[in-house]
Amino acid sequence: MRPFLLALLAKEPAHGYELKQALEQIFGSAYPSPNIGQIYVTLGRLEKDGLVRAVDVEQSNRPNKKVYYLTAAGREALDDWADEPSEGPRVRDEFFMKLVLAPMTGIADRMTLISRQRRHYLGLMRDLNEIAERTPGEDRVALLLIEGAMLHLQADLDWLERCQEDLS
Amino acid sequence: MINTVNLVKIYQNGGVPVPAVRGVDLRVERGEFVAIMGPSGSGKSTLVHMLGGLDVRTSGEIWLDGKRADTLGESAWALLRRQKIGFVFQFFNLVTNMTVADNVELPALLAGASPREARERREHLLGALGLTGRADAAPAQLAGGEQQRVALARALANRPSLLLADEPTGNLDSRNTRDVLGLLGEVHRDGQTIVLVTHDARVASLADRVVSLLDGQIVDDGAVRAPRRRPRGTAGDVVELRG
Ligand SMILES: Nc1ncnc2c1ncn2[C@@H]1O[C@H](COP(=O)(O)OP(=O)(O)O)[C@@H](O)[C@H]1O
Ligand SMILES: [Mg+2]
Repeated sequence: MRPFLLALLAKEPAHGYELKQALEQIFGSAYPSPNIGQIYVTLGRLEKDGLVRAVDVEQSNRPNKKVYYLTAAGREALDDWADEPSEGPRVRDEFFMKLVLAPMTGIADRMTLISRQRRHYLGLMRDLNEIAERTPGEDRVALLLIEGAMLHLQADLDWLERCQEDLS
Repeated sequence: MINTVNLVKIYQNGGVPVPAVRGVDLRVERGEFVAIMGPSGSGKSTLVHMLGGLDVRTSGEIWLDGKRADTLGESAWALLRRQKIGFVFQFFNLVTNMTVADNVELPALLAGASPREARERREHLLGALGLTGRADAAPAQLAGGEQQRVALARALANRPSLLLADEPTGNLDSRNTRDVLGLLGEVHRDGQTIVLVTHDARVASLADRVVSLLDGQIVDDGAVRAPRRRPRGTAGDVVELRG
């Protein structure tokens, strides 16, 4: 959550609860609603690392609230995060390891593994279809996330087909 | 609804035999939605063409609604298709010198619908597929994805009890695919039987059952189930799904 909070604070200083609301508003259902405790813990760590600083703002009839703002070091960390390439999908995943190791050890037949995995992916796709149907059209960010997951699954299935052709 | 027994198709390619389907036993119940998947060249098109009487089997049997069908002649197959089979070709096969509207209404009229019924059915189908504005166009004026949707509308015009479709979403973007999925869902709920060849996992995941072909043989055949019952999953769970 660290870079997300840095990004929000780069826009404007805010207190913890405002950050929680901003995350909910920007991501809609695409990002599970963060709990406020988690946000304060993360802010505390960012403060310790010198990436944000807090000032106490007095409030009438209420305890002071802490407003956080980004430091120069925080800005730099945020730029680094934006500039570095994001990790791609995992290709050498656990299934791949099973597929390669299976025939050596006789634990499973490759075609059986591939068929089972295909059914699993299709089941996930069915789940995504149902989630997409339930997601309101205004929730653009969420729908894009779902579509991304669907395209990844499609690629996984295409790859399974390649495995099946080549290993049979 | 469909039953094949040791179904075989061997093409002759300049004297060289090409086995395309090698002993398929496939049973499809009435109202079932079956997706057929498999690599290119695995015999998917050949199989559905035989089920629709558009390719002659080399050996084996095809039973439709309890009646032997592989022994029928061309005209008997044509009659059967008119009455109860809708077929979506991989490469559309629209009648080029007729408008979109006429392409879709024709099968309904041939099946005995009144002109009014045929028109209403056509309007419903083109509407569901986002093609209302294209009714008066000629097929050649349409983009590939539009022609493909017209081909689906045409196949459904006579409310066939069996829909056979060969990659009906192969040329569609995701929005048009959603329209097609919606219509297939409607057809499925109406109790029509669907056998559909597809590479599209979204389409396949809606099927009751997925049959996988490899080198002309069935290598897997089973139900599609969502992995767990989460009554109120949201997009936030997508991350979890991948994890
Ligand atoms: N009319 C034909 N003449 C000769 N060979 C054919 C013909 N149609 C298909 N084949 C061959 O039969 C095999 C299966 O083809 P097809 O059923 O089109 O597979 P798919 O639809 O799964 O890609 C392939 O090897 C293909 O080259
Ligand atoms: Mg084909």
